[in-house]
Amino acid sequence: MPTKRKKNSLKKKLWRDRYLLLLILPGILYFLIYRYIPMAGILLAFKDYSPFRGFADSPWVGLKYFKLIFEDAEVIQVIWNTLQISLLQIFFAFPISIVLALMLNEIRNQVYKRFLQSIVYLPHFLSWVVVVGITVIFLRSEGLINSFLVNFLEVNPIPFLTDPSMFKPIVILQVIWKESGWGTILFLAALSGISPHLYEAAVIDGASRLRQMWHITLPALKSTIVILLILRLGNVMDSGFEQIFLMLNPFNMETGNVLDTYVYFKGIQQANFSFATAVGLFKGIIGLILVVLANRLAKKFGEDGLY
Amino acid sequence: MFKSSGGERVMEIVNNILLLLITVTMLFPFLYIFSVSFSSISDVLNSDFLLWPKDWVTDAYTYILGSDQFIRSLWVTVYVTVVGTFVNLVFTSTMAYSLTRNIIGQRLILFLVLFTLLFSAGMIPTYIIVKETGLLNSLWALIIPVAISPFNLIIMTQFFKGIPEELTEAAVIDGANDIQIFSKIILPLSKPALAAFGLFYAVGHWNSYFSGVLYLNDPAKWPIQVILRQIVIVNEPNAALGGHAAMVEALPPPETVQMAAILLATLPILIVYPFLQKHFAKGVMLGSVKG
Repeated sequence: MPTKRKKNSLKKKLWRDRYLLLLILPGILYFLIYRYIPMAGILLAFKDYSPFRGFADSPWVGLKYFKLIFEDAEVIQVIWNTLQISLLQIFFAFPISIVLALMLNEIRNQVYKRFLQSIVYLPHFLSWVVVVGITVIFLRSEGLINSFLVNFLEVNPIPFLTDPSMFKPIVILQVIWKESGWGTILFLAALSGISPHLYEAAVIDGASRLRQMWHITLPALKSTIVILLILRLGNVMDSGFEQIFLMLNPFNMETGNVLDTYVYFKGIQQANFSFATAVGLFKGIIGLILVVLANRLAKKFGEDGLY
Repeated sequence: MFKSSGGERVMEIVNNILLLLITVTMLFPFLYIFSVSFSSISDVLNSDFLLWPKDWVTDAYTYILGSDQFIRSLWVTVYVTVVGTFVNLVFTSTMAYSLTRNIIGQRLILFLVLFTLLFSAGMIPTYIIVKETGLLNSLWALIIPVAISPFNLIIMTQFFKGIPEELTEAAVIDGANDIQIFSKIILPLSKPALAAFGLFYAVGHWNSYFSGVLYLNDPAKWPIQVILRQIVIVNEPNAALGGHAAMVEALPPPETVQMAAILLATLPILIVYPFLQKHFAKGVMLGSVKG
Protein backbone atom coordinates (compact mmCIF):
# COMPACT_ATOMS: atom_id res chain seq x y z
CA MET A 1 0.00 0.00 0.00
CA PRO A 2 2.55 2.67 0.98
CA THR A 3 4.51 2.13 -2.25
CA LYS A 4 1.38 2.62 -4.29
CA ARG A 5 0.62 5.84 -2.50
CA LYS A 6 4.17 6.98 -3.10
CA LYS A 7 3.85 6.25 -6.78
CA ASN A 8 0.63 8.15 -6.91
CA SER A 9 2.14 11.11 -5.19
CA LEU A 10 5.11 11.03 -7.57
CA LYS A 11 2.74 11.06 -10.51
CA LYS A 12 0.80 13.85 -8.91
CA LYS A 13 3.96 15.82 -8.31
CA LEU A 14 5.12 15.33 -11.88
CA TRP A 15 1.73 16.53 -13.10
CA ARG A 16 1.75 19.45 -10.70
CA ASP A 17 5.23 20.46 -11.88
CA ARG A 18 4.60 19.81 -15.58
CA TYR A 19 5.18 23.41 -16.69
CA LEU A 20 8.21 23.84 -14.47
CA LEU A 21 9.62 20.58 -15.82
CA LEU A 22 9.11 21.90 -19.33
CA LEU A 23 11.01 25.05 -18.41
CA ILE A 24 13.89 23.17 -16.84
CA LEU A 25 14.16 20.60 -19.64
CA PRO A 26 16.62 22.47 -21.89
CA GLY A 27 18.91 23.09 -18.93
CA ILE A 28 18.78 19.47 -17.77
CA LEU A 29 19.52 18.20 -21.26
CA TYR A 30 22.42 20.60 -21.52
CA PHE A 31 23.97 19.44 -18.27
CA LEU A 32 23.46 15.78 -19.10
CA ILE A 33 24.80 15.90 -22.64
CA TYR A 34 27.61 18.42 -22.43
CA ARG A 35 28.68 18.10 -18.80
CA TYR A 36 27.86 14.61 -17.58
CA ILE A 37 28.18 12.32 -20.61
CA PRO A 38 31.75 13.62 -21.09
CA MET A 39 32.41 12.53 -17.51
CA ALA A 40 31.68 8.98 -18.66
CA GLY A 41 34.14 9.70 -21.46
CA ILE A 42 36.97 9.86 -18.94
CA LEU A 43 36.92 6.06 -19.12
CA LEU A 44 38.98 6.63 -22.26
CA ALA A 45 41.90 7.15 -19.93
CA PHE A 46 41.67 3.47 -18.99
CA LYS A 47 41.41 2.24 -22.57
CA ASP A 48 43.60 2.15 -25.65
CA TYR A 49 41.26 4.36 -27.60
CA SER A 50 41.44 4.40 -31.34
CA PRO A 51 38.88 6.44 -33.24
CA PHE A 52 38.58 3.66 -35.83
CA ARG A 53 37.57 0.99 -33.33
CA GLY A 54 35.26 3.29 -31.41
CA PHE A 55 34.74 3.75 -27.71
CA ALA A 56 33.20 0.36 -26.92
CA ASP A 57 35.62 -1.83 -28.88
CA SER A 58 38.84 -0.24 -27.72
CA PRO A 59 40.63 -2.57 -25.28
CA TRP A 60 40.93 -1.83 -21.55
CA VAL A 61 44.45 -1.11 -20.38
CA GLY A 62 43.95 -0.27 -16.72
CA LEU A 63 46.30 2.30 -15.27
CA LYS A 64 48.82 2.15 -18.10
CA TYR A 65 48.43 5.79 -19.04
CA PHE A 66 48.54 7.02 -15.45
CA LYS A 67 51.84 5.22 -14.99
CA LEU A 68 53.07 6.90 -18.16
CA ILE A 69 52.29 10.29 -16.63
CA PHE A 70 54.82 9.79 -13.88
CA GLU A 71 57.45 8.19 -16.10
CA ASP A 72 57.38 11.07 -18.54
CA ALA A 73 59.85 13.85 -17.72
CA GLU A 74 57.90 16.19 -19.97
CA VAL A 75 54.70 15.77 -17.95
CA ILE A 76 56.55 16.39 -14.69
CA GLN A 77 57.96 19.60 -16.20
CA VAL A 78 54.47 20.58 -17.37
CA ILE A 79 52.96 20.02 -13.91
CA TRP A 80 55.79 22.04 -12.40
CA ASN A 81 55.19 24.89 -14.90
CA THR A 82 51.47 24.89 -14.10
CA LEU A 83 52.05 25.16 -10.37
CA GLN A 84 54.76 27.78 -10.75
CA ILE A 85 52.73 30.08 -13.00
CA SER A 86 49.65 29.68 -10.86
CA LEU A 87 51.43 30.35 -7.57
CA LEU A 88 53.33 33.31 -9.00
CA GLN A 89 50.01 34.75 -10.10
CA ILE A 90 48.56 34.38 -6.63
CA PHE A 91 51.69 35.79 -5.03
CA PHE A 92 51.97 38.88 -7.24
CA ALA A 93 48.61 39.60 -8.85
CA PHE A 94 46.39 38.97 -5.83
CA PRO A 95 47.96 41.51 -3.41
CA ILE A 96 47.98 44.14 -6.15
CA SER A 97 44.18 43.99 -6.36
CA ILE A 98 43.97 44.60 -2.62
CA VAL A 99 46.37 47.53 -2.72
CA LEU A 100 44.56 48.97 -5.73
CA ALA A 101 41.22 48.68 -3.92
CA LEU A 102 42.68 50.48 -0.89
CA MET A 103 44.05 53.22 -3.13
CA LEU A 104 40.74 53.67 -4.92
CA ASN A 105 38.96 53.71 -1.59
CA GLU A 106 40.99 56.72 -0.50
CA ILE A 107 39.56 58.80 -3.34
CA ARG A 108 36.84 60.95 -1.82
CA ASN A 109 35.42 62.49 -5.00
CA GLN A 110 32.83 59.95 -6.14
CA VAL A 111 32.74 61.02 -9.79
CA TYR A 112 36.51 60.86 -10.10
CA LYS A 113 36.55 57.54 -8.28
CA ARG A 114 34.02 56.04 -10.68
CA PHE A 115 36.01 57.35 -13.62
CA LEU A 116 39.17 55.68 -12.33
CA GLN A 117 37.30 52.47 -11.69
CA SER A 118 35.91 52.26 -15.20
CA ILE A 119 39.44 52.61 -16.59
CA VAL A 120 40.99 49.94 -14.39
CA TYR A 121 38.12 47.54 -15.13
CA LEU A 122 38.45 47.98 -18.89
CA PRO A 123 41.28 45.51 -19.65
CA HIS A 124 39.21 42.70 -18.10
CA PHE A 125 36.81 42.96 -21.04
CA LEU A 126 39.45 42.54 -23.73
CA SER A 127 40.10 39.16 -25.27
CA TRP A 128 43.33 37.33 -24.59
CA VAL A 129 44.09 37.58 -28.29
CA VAL A 130 44.07 41.36 -27.97
CA VAL A 131 46.14 41.38 -24.79
CA VAL A 132 48.73 38.96 -26.17
CA GLY A 133 48.63 40.91 -29.46
CA ILE A 134 49.42 44.16 -27.63
CA THR A 135 52.23 42.37 -25.80
CA VAL A 136 53.71 41.12 -29.05
CA ILE A 137 53.48 44.56 -30.65
CA PHE A 138 55.28 46.19 -27.73
CA LEU A 139 57.88 43.50 -27.09
CA ARG A 140 58.91 42.21 -30.50
CA SER A 141 62.41 42.91 -31.76
CA GLU A 142 61.41 46.07 -33.65
CA GLY A 143 58.72 46.99 -31.11
CA LEU A 144 58.38 50.06 -28.93
CA ILE A 145 60.28 48.75 -25.90
CA ASN A 146 63.20 47.42 -27.90
CA SER A 147 63.54 50.51 -30.04
CA PHE A 148 63.56 52.50 -26.80
CA LEU A 149 66.28 50.25 -25.39
CA VAL A 150 68.38 50.51 -28.53
CA ASN A 151 67.93 54.19 -29.40
CA PHE A 152 67.78 55.82 -25.98
CA LEU A 153 69.62 53.52 -23.61
CA GLU A 154 71.90 52.20 -26.36
CA VAL A 155 71.80 48.62 -25.12
CA ASN A 156 71.18 45.44 -27.08
CA PRO A 157 67.58 44.54 -27.83
CA ILE A 158 66.08 41.86 -25.58
CA PRO A 159 64.36 38.89 -27.26
CA PHE A 160 61.38 39.06 -24.87
CA LEU A 161 59.14 36.73 -26.83
CA THR A 162 61.62 33.97 -27.59
CA ASP A 163 63.71 33.95 -24.41
CA PRO A 164 62.30 31.09 -22.30
CA SER A 165 63.24 32.80 -19.02
CA MET A 166 61.01 35.75 -19.97
CA PHE A 167 57.88 33.66 -20.39
CA LYS A 168 56.70 33.52 -16.79
CA PRO A 169 57.34 37.18 -15.90
CA ILE A 170 55.50 38.32 -19.03
CA VAL A 171 52.55 36.03 -18.37
CA ILE A 172 52.30 37.32 -14.78
CA LEU A 173 52.49 40.94 -15.92
CA GLN A 174 49.72 40.31 -18.44
CA VAL A 175 47.48 38.92 -15.74
CA ILE A 176 48.25 41.89 -13.51
CA TRP A 177 47.46 44.34 -16.30
CA LYS A 178 44.27 42.58 -17.39
CA GLU A 179 42.71 41.46 -14.12
CA SER A 180 43.95 43.43 -11.11
CA GLY A 181 41.46 46.25 -11.66
CA TRP A 182 38.59 43.82 -11.98
CA GLY A 183 39.88 42.01 -8.91
CA THR A 184 39.16 45.10 -6.80
CA ILE A 185 35.37 44.80 -7.17
CA LEU A 186 34.71 42.49 -4.25
CA PHE A 187 37.20 44.30 -2.01
CA LEU A 188 35.60 47.65 -2.80
CA ALA A 189 32.20 46.18 -1.97
CA ALA A 190 33.52 45.00 1.39
CA LEU A 191 35.06 48.43 1.99
CA SER A 192 31.82 50.25 1.24
CA GLY A 193 30.19 48.22 4.00
CA ILE A 194 32.40 49.67 6.72
CA SER A 195 30.54 52.05 8.98
CA PRO A 196 31.90 55.62 8.79
CA HIS A 197 31.45 55.88 12.56
CA LEU A 198 34.46 53.64 13.02
CA TYR A 199 36.66 56.11 11.18
CA GLU A 200 35.18 59.08 13.01
CA ALA A 201 35.88 57.42 16.35
CA ALA A 202 39.41 56.62 15.23
CA VAL A 203 40.00 60.22 14.19
CA ILE A 204 38.85 61.42 17.61
CA ASP A 205 41.31 58.98 19.16
CA GLY A 206 43.99 60.60 17.04
CA ALA A 207 44.60 57.78 14.58
CA SER A 208 46.37 58.73 11.36
CA ARG A 209 45.09 57.58 7.97
CA LEU A 210 47.64 54.76 7.90
CA ARG A 211 46.64 53.62 11.36
CA GLN A 212 42.96 53.71 10.35
CA MET A 213 43.82 51.55 7.38
CA TRP A 214 45.69 49.08 9.58
CA HIS A 215 43.13 48.85 12.39
CA ILE A 216 39.81 49.36 10.59
CA THR A 217 40.09 48.83 6.84
CA LEU A 218 42.28 45.74 6.67
CA PRO A 219 40.39 43.81 9.38
CA ALA A 220 37.20 44.55 7.46
CA LEU A 221 38.73 43.06 4.33
CA LYS A 222 40.10 40.02 6.12
CA SER A 223 37.24 37.64 5.40
CA THR A 224 37.04 38.61 1.72
CA ILE A 225 40.80 38.17 1.38
CA VAL A 226 40.77 34.79 3.12
CA ILE A 227 37.96 33.33 1.08
CA LEU A 228 39.20 34.58 -2.29
CA LEU A 229 42.71 33.41 -1.55
CA ILE A 230 41.58 29.97 -0.47
CA LEU A 231 39.32 29.54 -3.47
CA ARG A 232 42.12 30.65 -5.76
CA LEU A 233 44.42 28.08 -4.16
CA GLY A 234 41.81 25.48 -4.95
CA ASN A 235 42.25 26.30 -8.64
CA VAL A 236 46.01 26.12 -8.57
CA MET A 237 46.01 23.52 -11.36
CA ASP A 238 44.50 26.09 -13.74
CA SER A 239 46.87 28.72 -14.97
CA GLY A 240 44.92 30.46 -17.71
CA PHE A 241 44.54 28.33 -20.80
CA GLU A 242 43.90 30.79 -23.64
CA GLN A 243 46.53 33.23 -22.47
CA ILE A 244 49.26 30.63 -22.24
CA PHE A 245 48.22 28.90 -25.44
CA LEU A 246 48.52 32.20 -27.29
CA MET A 247 51.87 33.03 -25.69
CA LEU A 248 53.50 29.67 -26.49
CA ASN A 249 55.93 29.34 -29.37
CA PRO A 250 58.60 26.74 -30.20
CA PHE A 251 61.19 28.70 -28.21
CA ASN A 252 59.40 28.90 -24.86
CA MET A 253 57.58 25.56 -24.95
CA GLU A 254 59.71 24.05 -22.18
CA THR A 255 59.10 26.72 -19.56
CA GLY A 256 55.62 27.70 -20.72
CA ASN A 257 53.72 24.51 -21.49
CA VAL A 258 51.05 23.87 -18.81
CA LEU A 259 48.68 20.95 -18.22
CA ASP A 260 45.81 22.35 -20.30
CA THR A 261 47.94 23.21 -23.30
CA TYR A 262 49.76 19.89 -23.00
CA VAL A 263 46.43 18.03 -23.15
CA TYR A 264 45.56 19.93 -26.32
CA PHE A 265 48.88 19.23 -28.05
CA LYS A 266 48.87 15.53 -27.09
CA GLY A 267 45.18 14.84 -27.52
CA ILE A 268 43.91 16.93 -30.38
CA GLN A 269 47.06 17.61 -32.37
CA GLN A 270 48.79 14.26 -31.96
CA ALA A 271 45.55 12.24 -31.61
CA ASN A 272 46.87 10.58 -28.47
CA PHE A 273 43.37 10.59 -26.96
CA SER A 274 43.78 8.14 -24.11
CA PHE A 275 46.98 9.62 -22.74
CA ALA A 276 45.63 13.17 -23.00
CA THR A 277 42.42 12.13 -21.25
CA ALA A 278 44.48 10.55 -18.47
CA VAL A 279 46.45 13.76 -18.01
CA GLY A 280 43.22 15.77 -18.03
CA LEU A 281 41.61 13.45 -15.51
CA PHE A 282 44.67 13.60 -13.28
CA LYS A 283 44.41 17.38 -13.35
CA GLY A 284 40.66 17.32 -12.70
CA ILE A 285 40.93 15.01 -9.70
CA ILE A 286 43.75 16.99 -8.09
CA GLY A 287 41.71 20.11 -8.75
CA LEU A 288 38.60 18.59 -7.16
CA ILE A 289 40.53 17.54 -4.07
CA LEU A 290 42.10 20.99 -3.76
CA VAL A 291 38.77 22.81 -4.11
CA VAL A 292 37.12 20.59 -1.51
CA LEU A 293 40.05 21.08 0.87
CA ALA A 294 40.07 24.81 0.21
CA ASN A 295 36.38 25.01 0.94
CA ARG A 296 36.86 23.14 4.21
CA LEU A 297 39.63 25.52 5.11
CA ALA A 298 37.44 28.52 4.31
CA LYS A 299 34.74 27.15 6.62
CA LYS A 300 37.32 26.63 9.34
CA PHE A 301 38.04 30.34 9.13
CA GLY A 302 34.35 30.90 9.76
CA GLU A 303 33.53 31.81 6.16
CA ASP A 304 30.64 30.70 3.97
CA GLY A 305 32.72 28.76 1.51
CA LEU A 306 31.80 28.01 -2.06
CA TYR A 307 29.00 25.59 -1.22
CA MET B 1 35.60 68.38 9.63
CA PHE B 2 39.08 67.69 10.89
CA LYS B 3 41.97 69.43 9.29
CA SER B 4 44.27 66.95 7.63
CA SER B 5 47.88 66.90 8.72
CA GLY B 6 50.86 67.37 6.42
CA GLY B 7 51.61 63.66 6.28
CA GLU B 8 48.13 62.94 5.07
CA ARG B 9 48.41 65.54 2.35
CA VAL B 10 51.55 63.81 1.12
CA MET B 11 49.84 60.46 1.24
CA GLU B 12 46.91 61.80 -0.73
CA ILE B 13 49.14 63.29 -3.39
CA VAL B 14 51.22 60.13 -3.73
CA ASN B 15 48.05 58.08 -3.98
CA ASN B 16 46.68 60.30 -6.73
CA ILE B 17 49.91 60.23 -8.70
CA LEU B 18 50.13 56.44 -8.48
CA LEU B 19 46.53 56.00 -9.59
CA LEU B 20 47.13 58.35 -12.48
CA LEU B 21 50.16 56.30 -13.53
CA ILE B 22 48.09 53.12 -13.35
CA THR B 23 45.35 54.53 -15.54
CA VAL B 24 47.96 55.73 -18.02
CA THR B 25 49.39 52.19 -18.31
CA MET B 26 45.87 50.93 -18.95
CA LEU B 27 45.15 53.49 -21.66
CA PHE B 28 48.56 53.99 -23.25
CA PRO B 29 48.49 50.81 -25.39
CA PHE B 30 45.23 51.91 -26.98
CA LEU B 31 46.43 55.40 -27.74
CA TYR B 32 49.62 54.03 -29.27
CA ILE B 33 47.80 51.44 -31.35
CA PHE B 34 45.27 54.03 -32.46
CA SER B 35 48.00 56.44 -33.57
CA VAL B 36 50.05 53.88 -35.44
CA SER B 37 46.99 52.49 -37.21
CA PHE B 38 46.33 55.94 -38.72
CA SER B 39 49.94 56.77 -39.53
CA SER B 40 52.04 56.41 -42.65
CA ILE B 41 54.94 53.97 -42.70
CA SER B 42 57.54 56.74 -42.76
CA ASP B 43 56.08 58.26 -39.61
CA VAL B 44 56.03 54.85 -37.95
CA LEU B 45 59.67 54.21 -38.88
CA ASN B 46 60.94 57.69 -38.05
CA SER B 47 59.38 58.32 -34.68
CA ASP B 48 59.89 56.03 -31.76
CA PHE B 49 57.12 57.38 -29.69
CA LEU B 50 54.11 58.01 -31.85
CA LEU B 51 51.23 59.25 -29.72
CA TRP B 52 49.19 61.15 -32.25
CA PRO B 53 49.07 60.56 -36.02
CA LYS B 54 50.93 63.30 -37.94
CA ASP B 55 49.08 62.90 -41.19
CA TRP B 56 45.98 60.75 -41.06
CA VAL B 57 46.36 57.74 -43.35
CA THR B 58 43.48 55.29 -43.59
CA ASP B 59 45.10 52.73 -45.92
CA ALA B 60 45.22 50.05 -43.23
CA TYR B 61 41.50 50.33 -42.58
CA THR B 62 40.57 50.32 -46.27
CA TYR B 63 42.75 47.26 -46.74
CA ILE B 64 41.22 45.35 -43.83
CA LEU B 65 37.65 46.32 -44.57
CA GLY B 66 38.23 45.27 -48.18
CA SER B 67 39.13 41.79 -47.04
CA ASP B 68 36.33 39.26 -47.44
CA GLN B 69 37.88 37.07 -44.78
CA PHE B 70 37.87 39.84 -42.17
CA ILE B 71 34.30 40.91 -42.88
CA ARG B 72 33.14 37.29 -42.94
CA SER B 73 34.72 36.54 -39.58
CA LEU B 74 33.23 39.72 -38.12
CA TRP B 75 29.81 38.50 -39.22
CA VAL B 76 30.47 35.07 -37.76
CA THR B 77 31.29 36.68 -34.43
CA VAL B 78 28.27 39.01 -34.51
CA TYR B 79 26.04 36.03 -35.32
CA VAL B 80 27.52 33.81 -32.60
CA THR B 81 27.32 36.65 -30.08
CA VAL B 82 23.66 37.47 -30.78
CA VAL B 83 22.35 33.91 -31.13
CA GLY B 84 24.66 32.58 -28.43
CA THR B 85 23.66 35.20 -25.87
CA PHE B 86 19.99 34.57 -26.60
CA VAL B 87 20.46 30.83 -26.07
CA ASN B 88 22.45 31.53 -22.88
CA LEU B 89 19.73 33.73 -21.42
CA VAL B 90 16.87 31.39 -22.32
CA PHE B 91 18.61 28.27 -21.01
CA THR B 92 19.94 29.93 -17.89
CA SER B 93 16.82 31.83 -16.85
CA THR B 94 14.35 28.99 -17.40
CA MET B 95 16.50 26.58 -15.43
CA ALA B 96 17.26 29.11 -12.70
CA TYR B 97 13.57 29.89 -12.27
CA SER B 98 12.53 26.25 -12.05
CA LEU B 99 15.20 25.68 -9.44
CA THR B 100 13.79 28.42 -7.21
CA ARG B 101 10.45 26.60 -7.09
CA ASN B 102 9.87 23.45 -5.13
CA ILE B 103 10.37 21.34 -8.25
CA ILE B 104 10.75 17.59 -7.98
CA GLY B 105 14.39 16.54 -7.70
CA GLN B 106 15.44 20.10 -6.91
CA ARG B 107 18.22 19.21 -4.50
CA LEU B 108 19.71 16.58 -6.77
CA ILE B 109 19.72 18.94 -9.75
CA LEU B 110 21.34 21.69 -7.70
CA PHE B 111 23.99 19.27 -6.53
CA LEU B 112 24.72 18.16 -10.10
CA VAL B 113 25.06 21.78 -11.18
CA LEU B 114 27.39 22.63 -8.29
CA PHE B 115 29.47 19.56 -8.97
CA THR B 116 30.31 20.81 -12.47
CA LEU B 117 31.89 23.84 -10.81
CA LEU B 118 34.27 21.54 -8.99
CA PHE B 119 35.01 18.91 -11.60
CA SER B 120 34.83 18.82 -15.35
CA ALA B 121 35.53 15.97 -17.70
CA GLY B 122 38.32 17.84 -19.44
CA MET B 123 39.02 18.90 -22.98
CA ILE B 124 39.26 15.55 -24.77
CA PRO B 125 35.96 13.92 -23.62
CA THR B 126 34.18 17.23 -24.23
CA TYR B 127 35.69 17.44 -27.70
CA ILE B 128 34.50 13.90 -28.44
CA ILE B 129 30.93 14.63 -27.34
CA VAL B 130 30.85 17.80 -29.44
CA LYS B 131 32.01 15.68 -32.36
CA GLU B 132 29.50 12.90 -31.65
CA THR B 133 26.59 15.34 -31.42
CA GLY B 134 27.49 16.54 -34.90
CA LEU B 135 28.50 20.07 -33.97
CA LEU B 136 32.04 19.85 -35.33
CA ASN B 137 32.65 22.51 -37.96
CA SER B 138 29.31 24.16 -37.22
CA LEU B 139 28.85 27.53 -35.54
CA TRP B 140 26.59 25.80 -33.02
CA ALA B 141 29.78 24.31 -31.58
CA LEU B 142 30.54 27.80 -30.25
CA ILE B 143 27.05 28.15 -28.74
CA ILE B 144 25.58 24.88 -27.46
CA PRO B 145 28.53 23.52 -25.44
CA VAL B 146 28.62 26.76 -23.43
CA ALA B 147 24.84 27.25 -23.24
CA ILE B 148 24.84 27.62 -19.45
CA SER B 149 27.55 28.90 -17.17
CA PRO B 150 26.86 27.05 -13.90
CA PHE B 151 28.19 30.02 -12.01
CA ASN B 152 25.77 32.47 -13.65
CA LEU B 153 22.97 29.96 -13.16
CA ILE B 154 23.53 29.87 -9.41
CA ILE B 155 23.69 33.65 -9.17
CA MET B 156 20.52 34.02 -11.22
CA THR B 157 18.78 31.56 -8.91
CA GLN B 158 19.74 33.81 -6.00
CA PHE B 159 18.31 36.79 -7.86
CA PHE B 160 14.99 35.09 -8.59
CA LYS B 161 14.70 34.10 -4.96
CA GLY B 162 14.74 37.77 -4.07
CA ILE B 163 11.51 38.44 -5.96
CA PRO B 164 8.64 38.70 -3.43
CA GLU B 165 6.56 35.54 -3.38
CA GLU B 166 3.28 37.47 -2.99
CA LEU B 167 3.49 38.40 -6.66
CA THR B 168 3.54 34.82 -7.88
CA GLU B 169 0.92 33.76 -5.33
CA ALA B 170 -1.44 36.41 -6.62
CA ALA B 171 -0.87 35.16 -10.16
CA VAL B 172 -1.58 31.58 -9.11
CA ILE B 173 -4.91 32.67 -7.65
CA ASP B 174 -5.69 34.35 -10.96
CA GLY B 175 -5.12 30.96 -12.61
CA ALA B 176 -1.74 31.53 -14.24
CA ASN B 177 0.48 28.52 -14.85
CA ASP B 178 4.25 28.46 -14.24
CA ILE B 179 5.18 29.37 -17.80
CA GLN B 180 2.90 32.39 -17.68
CA ILE B 181 4.22 33.42 -14.28
CA PHE B 182 7.77 33.12 -15.55
CA SER B 183 7.28 35.04 -18.77
CA LYS B 184 4.80 37.67 -17.58
CA ILE B 185 5.94 38.38 -14.03
CA ILE B 186 9.43 37.08 -13.33
CA LEU B 187 11.16 38.04 -16.59
CA PRO B 188 9.91 41.64 -16.70
CA LEU B 189 11.02 42.10 -13.10
CA SER B 190 14.45 40.67 -13.90
CA LYS B 191 15.50 43.08 -16.63
CA PRO B 192 18.54 44.39 -14.74
CA ALA B 193 19.78 40.87 -14.03
CA LEU B 194 19.12 39.77 -17.61
CA ALA B 195 21.01 42.81 -18.89
CA ALA B 196 23.98 42.09 -16.63
CA PHE B 197 24.17 38.40 -17.52
CA GLY B 198 23.44 39.08 -21.18
CA LEU B 199 26.39 41.45 -21.32
CA PHE B 200 28.69 39.01 -19.57
CA TYR B 201 27.70 36.22 -21.91
CA ALA B 202 27.97 38.50 -24.95
CA VAL B 203 31.48 39.65 -24.03
CA GLY B 204 32.40 35.99 -23.56
CA HIS B 205 31.18 35.11 -27.06
CA TRP B 206 32.82 38.13 -28.64
CA ASN B 207 36.16 37.34 -27.04
CA SER B 208 36.11 33.58 -27.42
CA TYR B 209 39.06 32.31 -29.34
CA PHE B 210 39.85 28.75 -28.50
CA SER B 211 36.57 27.01 -29.32
CA GLY B 212 36.98 28.35 -32.84
CA VAL B 213 40.39 26.71 -33.09
CA LEU B 214 39.19 23.51 -31.50
CA TYR B 215 35.91 22.92 -33.29
CA LEU B 216 36.05 24.73 -36.65
CA ASN B 217 38.27 23.58 -39.52
CA ASP B 218 36.76 25.74 -42.22
CA PRO B 219 38.47 29.19 -42.31
CA ALA B 220 35.23 30.68 -43.66
CA LYS B 221 33.66 29.99 -40.24
CA TRP B 222 36.46 31.32 -38.08
CA PRO B 223 35.44 33.98 -35.58
CA ILE B 224 37.24 37.29 -35.50
CA GLN B 225 39.60 36.38 -32.66
CA VAL B 226 41.09 33.51 -34.67
CA ILE B 227 41.75 35.82 -37.61
CA LEU B 228 43.11 38.47 -35.26
CA ARG B 229 45.63 36.00 -33.92
CA GLN B 230 46.83 35.22 -37.45
CA ILE B 231 47.18 38.90 -38.19
CA VAL B 232 48.89 40.09 -35.01
CA ILE B 233 50.48 37.21 -33.11
CA VAL B 234 51.45 34.88 -35.93
CA ASN B 235 52.42 38.03 -37.84
CA GLU B 236 50.89 37.07 -41.18
CA PRO B 237 48.50 39.95 -41.85
CA ASN B 238 48.36 39.54 -45.61
CA ALA B 239 47.94 35.78 -45.59
CA ALA B 240 45.18 35.98 -42.96
CA LEU B 241 43.32 38.67 -44.85
CA GLY B 242 43.45 36.68 -48.05
CA GLY B 243 46.01 39.14 -49.54
CA HIS B 244 43.45 40.37 -52.06
CA ALA B 245 45.21 40.59 -55.39
CA ALA B 246 43.77 43.90 -56.58
CA MET B 247 45.63 45.83 -53.90
CA VAL B 248 48.90 43.95 -53.93
CA GLU B 249 50.96 46.82 -55.39
CA ALA B 250 49.75 49.26 -52.72
CA LEU B 251 49.91 47.03 -49.66
CA PRO B 252 49.80 49.10 -46.47
CA PRO B 253 52.61 48.39 -43.99
CA PRO B 254 51.94 45.30 -41.88
CA GLU B 255 52.35 47.21 -38.58
CA THR B 256 49.51 49.59 -39.28
CA VAL B 257 47.33 46.72 -40.53
CA GLN B 258 47.93 44.84 -37.28
CA MET B 259 47.03 47.80 -35.11
CA ALA B 260 43.96 48.62 -37.17
CA ALA B 261 42.81 45.01 -36.88
CA ILE B 262 43.13 45.10 -33.08
CA LEU B 263 41.11 48.29 -32.88
CA LEU B 264 38.40 47.06 -35.25
CA ALA B 265 38.02 43.79 -33.34
CA THR B 266 37.86 45.62 -30.00
CA LEU B 267 35.65 48.49 -31.12
CA PRO B 268 32.32 46.84 -30.25
CA ILE B 269 33.53 46.22 -26.69
CA LEU B 270 34.78 49.78 -26.39
CA ILE B 271 31.43 51.05 -27.67
CA VAL B 272 29.18 49.00 -25.38
CA TYR B 273 31.55 49.38 -22.43
CA PRO B 274 30.02 52.60 -21.03
CA PHE B 275 26.57 51.00 -21.12
CA LEU B 276 27.86 47.73 -19.79
CA GLN B 277 29.63 49.41 -16.93
CA LYS B 278 26.66 50.37 -14.83
CA HIS B 279 25.28 46.83 -15.09
CA PHE B 280 28.29 44.62 -14.47
CA ALA B 281 29.18 45.77 -10.99
CA LYS B 282 25.59 45.05 -10.05
CA GLY B 283 25.86 41.65 -11.71
CA VAL B 284 28.93 40.71 -9.73
CA MET B 285 27.37 41.97 -6.52
CA LEU B 286 24.29 39.80 -7.05
CA GLY B 287 26.54 36.84 -6.51
CA SER B 288 28.49 38.08 -3.56
CA VAL B 289 25.63 39.31 -1.42
CA LYS B 290 24.19 36.17 0.06
CA GLY B 291 20.93 35.85 1.96
